Amino acid sequence: MRRFLRPGHDPVRERLKRDLFQFNKTVEHGFPHQPSALGYSPFLRLMAIGTRSGAIKLYGAPGVEFMGLHEENNTVMQIHFIPDQCQLVTLLDDNSLHLWSLKQHGGASELREEHRFTLKGPPGSPPSATQVTAVLPHSSREVLYLGTESGNIFVVELPSFRVLEDRTITPEAVLQRIPEDNCNRRSCELVEALREHPKNPDQILIGYSRALIVLWDLQNNKAIHHFLGSQQLENLYWQRDGSKFISCHYDGSYTQWPVSSDNRQSEPLENTVPYGPFPCKAISKIYWQTTKNGLPYIIFQGGMPRASYGDRHSISVIHGSQQTAFDFTSRVIDFFIIFSSDPAAEFDDPSALVVLAEEELVVIDLKSAGWPAVHPPYLASLHCSAITCSHHVSNIPLKLWERIISAGSKQNIHYSSMPWPIDGGTNIAPDPPQRDLLLTGHEDGTVRFWDASGVCLHLLYKLSTVRVFLTDADPNDNMNTLGEDEWPPLRKVGTFDPYSDDPRLGIQKIYLCKYSGYLAVAGTAGQVLVMELNDEDAEHVVDHAEADLLQDQEGYRWKGHEKLKTRDGPVRFEAGFQPFVLVQCQPPAVVTSLALHSEWKLVAFGTSHGFGLFDHQQKRLVFVKCTLHPSDQLALEGPLSRVKSLKKSLRQSFRRIRRSRVSSRKRRGGAGNASEVQEANAKFDQDVLQEMELAPVQRKIEARSAEDSFTGFVRTLYFADTFLRDSSRHCPSLWAGTNGGTVYAFCLRVPPAERRMDEPVRAEQAKEIQLMHRAPVVGILVLDGRSTPLPEPLEVAHDLSKSPDMQGSHQLLVVSEEQFKVFTLPKVSSKLKLKLTALEGCRVRKVTVANFGSCKTDDYSENDLAVLTNLGDIQIISLPFLKLQIRYPCIRKEDVSGIASCVFTKYGQGFYLISPSEFERFSLSTKWLVEPRCIVDIPELTSNNHVHNESGKENASRKPSPGDCEEDERKSGRLMEHALLNDEKVLKEIQSTLEGGR
Amino acid sequence: MNRAQRGAAGSRGLGTMEVKSKFGAEFRRFSLERSKPGKFEEFYGLLQHVHKIPNVDVLVGYTDIHGDLLPINNDDNYHKAVSTANPLLRIFIQRKEDADYSAFGTDTMTRKKNVLSNVLRPDNHKKKPHIVISMPQDFRPVSSIIDVDILPETHRRVRLYKYGTDKPLGFYIRDGSSVRVTPHGLEKVPGIFISRLVPGGLAQSTGLLAVNDEVLEVNGIEVSGKSLDQVTDMMIANSRNLIITVRPANQRNNVVRNSRTSGSSGHSTESSLPSSTPNLLGSVLQAEEESDEEDIIIEDSGEPQHIPKAAPTSESIESLSQIELLHESTQNGFLPSSEVNLNHSAGSINMEYEVPEPGPKSLEEDGTIITL
Repeated sequence: MRRFLRPGHDPVRERLKRDLFQFNKTVEHGFPHQPSALGYSPFLRLMAIGTRSGAIKLYGAPGVEFMGLHEENNTVMQIHFIPDQCQLVTLLDDNSLHLWSLKQHGGASELREEHRFTLKGPPGSPPSATQVTAVLPHSSREVLYLGTESGNIFVVELPSFRVLEDRTITPEAVLQRIPEDNCNRRSCELVEALREHPKNPDQILIGYSRALIVLWDLQNNKAIHHFLGSQQLENLYWQRDGSKFISCHYDGSYTQWPVSSDNRQSEPLENTVPYGPFPCKAISKIYWQTTKNGLPYIIFQGGMPRASYGDRHSISVIHGSQQTAFDFTSRVIDFFIIFSSDPAAEFDDPSALVVLAEEELVVIDLKSAGWPAVHPPYLASLHCSAITCSHHVSNIPLKLWERIISAGSKQNIHYSSMPWPIDGGTNIAPDPPQRDLLLTGHEDGTVRFWDASGVCLHLLYKLSTVRVFLTDADPNDNMNTLGEDEWPPLRKVGTFDPYSDDPRLGIQKIYLCKYSGYLAVAGTAGQVLVMELNDEDAEHVVDHAEADLLQDQEGYRWKGHEKLKTRDGPVRFEAGFQPFVLVQCQPPAVVTSLALHSEWKLVAFGTSHGFGLFDHQQKRLVFVKCTLHPSDQLALEGPLSRVKSLKKSLRQSFRRIRRSRVSSRKRRGGAGNASEVQEANAKFDQDVLQEMELAPVQRKIEARSAEDSFTGFVRTLYFADTFLRDSSRHCPSLWAGTNGGTVYAFCLRVPPAERRMDEPVRAEQAKEIQLMHRAPVVGILVLDGRSTPLPEPLEVAHDLSKSPDMQGSHQLLVVSEEQFKVFTLPKVSSKLKLKLTALEGCRVRKVTVANFGSCKTDDYSENDLAVLTNLGDIQIISLPFLKLQIRYPCIRKEDVSGIASCVFTKYGQGFYLISPSEFERFSLSTKWLVEPRCIVDIPELTSNNHVHNESGKENASRKPSPGDCEEDERKSGRLMEHALLNDEKVLKEIQSTLEGGR
Repeated sequence: MNRAQRGAAGSRGLGTMEVKSKFGAEFRRFSLERSKPGKFEEFYGLLQHVHKIPNVDVLVGYTDIHGDLLPINNDDNYHKAVSTANPLLRIFIQRKEDADYSAFGTDTMTRKKNVLSNVLRPDNHKKKPHIVISMPQDFRPVSSIIDVDILPETHRRVRLYKYGTDKPLGFYIRDGSSVRVTPHGLEKVPGIFISRLVPGGLAQSTGLLAVNDEVLEVNGIEVSGKSLDQVTDMMIANSRNLIITVRPANQRNNVVRNSRTSGSSGHSTESSLPSSTPNLLGSVLQAEEESDEEDIIIEDSGEPQHIPKAAPTSESIESLSQIELLHESTQNGFLPSSEVNLNHSAGSINMEYEVPEPGPKSLEEDGTIITL
């Protein structure tokens, strides 16, 4: 302990710090923001997704993930795997081509960019001459065919990207052998599609936008056939045997063409408009898959009747008499079919349809009757309803884990039992060290339970609080109802549903006790639900109580939203967490803090008006305390609802800003080049500086006063068994911290277990501490006689923690946004402090106690504070001496919602949102590191293709690029619901905007 | 009058008001009609009467709610003292001949070691009295220029005492750019500037800050490289005792000093801050830490009290005494070198004390206000 006291650099401590702390951004969970391209390698069984910010992500078997980032940060337009290789080519919207490869390095595969290339035309030619529109990696793996806007098809050698000019296929050459009455030079503008003949690698099919399709012989450099459609061409697809191909068109039709050697100009076999006869939207991509029974699967995107269903994002599957149009809630980016990749197989036999929509990945099992969806093990749409809060629970007991999984499996019965079809690569990461749960609260009143133990964030169970309330929406409104004779046969698929029926249902705070299975959930309209895990369905009445937090304050009128109406009588709940108590705060302001003590059976909740304590055993309100300053009109009237419309417009304007900047700045930093990051930062700073000079912003310098608005806002609640009144007797206590720097402590008398139902719980205010600097209190913690934070409720009872030291004197740690202060107990005198803001100009946003274990020895671990500041830095501060240990930049300071969304785990990891749909996982600990580690091998080649690389095995991967790829990730932060509700600074901004508008 | 009754009277705060007067080592307690305090002359006479010192010329002072020792010498400040006393009015009386004027003013009660030892034991402290120019006209400093000797002439370090005044700090800052001399020639760098002074605010009333002054430091921390929001947060965090170092936009009113003769600080004309300042100011900062932050605790819904310090470490006492020195000297316009020996005794005095605003439960109430 003495080493903590010594100032300056203690070499022993410095060494220990290296063994304890290490910052890594390890993996991105969730669904990529703004996906823009999809690719699939049937050979590697890997899927690649490109985004508008230039990222590419590869996914295989669960746990197999790679990430790469184009330095240009430009939208990825196309992704093509090189056949039978661990390589892929990407095309960006700046017309650059990039060759990536998966190579083994240090025992794991990594994804690396090998080459980049931009096609250059002859001097003076227009940019369209070389604007790449179609890419065909040839099966020889030696060349790429690049179709362009000008109609030229360039041939480049791989991997050098050398242009083989003598092999360029010019429109002139194509037109030579085509009768002029059908075509002219303009027919050969813009290459829409290039497809290699499935059996004969010397023939490729060239589709020009104006519906001219040419079968080209590469050996003899001449057109063998030409096919003339009547409608603008969208795409082409070869049938497996190469005797026919399909073209799909802008008018919603598709055409089947025979390829025979006798006549050079063919007539179509079949021309269909599947959703005709009225005008239809384009079919942008089509598959024709053969099966043993002779009935093909025809799968195409779009083609819906323009007038009535033109706004649908659909993919239709036709198999004999079965036809379904899968209807997605967001735009379809691209799709592919997983089918038999064995070249010797006679039929395609498709097994799954994989669809990348803008907001989610949907996989349909084509083998099972009814074509059910497959539950994806990764790429979960975290934002299927906007995330409003998150809560992490480490080290879940196996029993609870199994019960949650079993509750979740009952919800997932409509999913296919098919094993995950994209299963390339091998996960070689060690098993996750413990079972961790990440709980996310959503705008629609649901709580989702995610398995956050490993690399794949996987949905275990979804809990809805909606059933407790009467809402306008009918809960039985099933999206999947399909009328018998409906046409087109639309079927909703996917989970992304951004429209909340009632914003009041939004979840704001979650607290789960992992030992007892009690869960407390609080929401936007002041509702607090206490739930218990039940393995069976049950029907029961939810006890309902109201907590009037204004008490004697009279003459005020709440102008915010109304409280939620409750359902009378028994409600049927499915197996899982079932609510048994509902407390509604009055006024129904958003719940800003929540604490649950499962041993004492008490739940505490706070809003901008005050806080209350509820005994959920006796179902009785113990007390309420109003914290509101009488002059605080803004809080009284419900500012949160008044700013609702403003919030929306703010959100929209931020979105606009983001859109305009994201393409140039997002994910700046590349895959691991620190100096470039710095350069970029410097440039960015310069830009900012220039902007500032144009429009100087003023900041008012004024001390906080008791009359400031929102001082009564309860920021934190904490239960502790400690010495509140005198040093001889400890007792249960409840602590509350407000936005105005006040800490209230209540002494609780909880009857012993045998009389728990007979005697009431009593509470009495014992202390009130007013911090002179009046900064919001964001954390309260009691340290025991050994300066260890008090254990969680029931932790000792389950033998998972040493019982706290009740001999030595306890200490109280109060964390405000500006300072850390340690006070003695029971007599409050100040002992230590760390004035963070005065020294560094940053403010505390999140704080948690985390346990750090040494990577060198198993027997050493210590508790420290993990702190996230408003600048996006993470600092580790020692306990109990409040010495700064280490600081890491983590989130961009402009990323308000990223900072607001951050949660720390108990063992030095954390999560924050890098987009509405993605969590970045980071680790501060040397010991607890969850990161992807996987190997992709080239499968044994069955064909006579020769292997290029010497080793015979080529591997690939993603480096868990430590810390740099996200740094510059997002420019202006998006203001999301939770950011607004939880971030006091944002509230202030809104408030000042409101005042300014008056 | 028993304790319970007094407590009740004190908390009720109506009608009569308790007065506790101290002269030398003696206490007197009596009560006054709060609504009709009368004139200063009468009060003065009353004090002489209760202390049985009818013919002694004395200075009368009281501690205000912030713990500052303020003089009572006319009807105005007498009435102010009565109206603000809560729950009781503490009076300190000194003989005029050994009065220590420096005892009055901000932070006097927290500097109690020497101040109060002067007040309470005037005879055992045989130091030279300050040169008394006149009675302090302004009861409490609102601002001061400090560290003149160690700063370059182009810079000014201003201390704003928000503590104890109702005036808002009243200024705004903005981003801007300033020109620096670097080895590569002139360079434009981002800086923070004062953009606006609120009329009637503390900043304006001092006359020491002006629009377009560049802010260089906030309580000893350089602001270069920090964003406007960071600097704003730092200033607000220090708002109760804000020390800002500025480069005034108007360089004509700089203090002209003969740096060669002032001795202690030679380096003054460099354009960057001398390296020694952070250390010196650091100690000032620590001093502020001890004095500016007084959180309040209310026990069992009783009276608010300041939260005392737990036993401080020896180093903080050391630094404290050093600050005392700086603080004292700047307040009186002396250079520290002239007074070094003055406060040496301070380091040995224990810091633990009860804040002189006892609630009804304080057991020390009738004794000395310092627990040694």
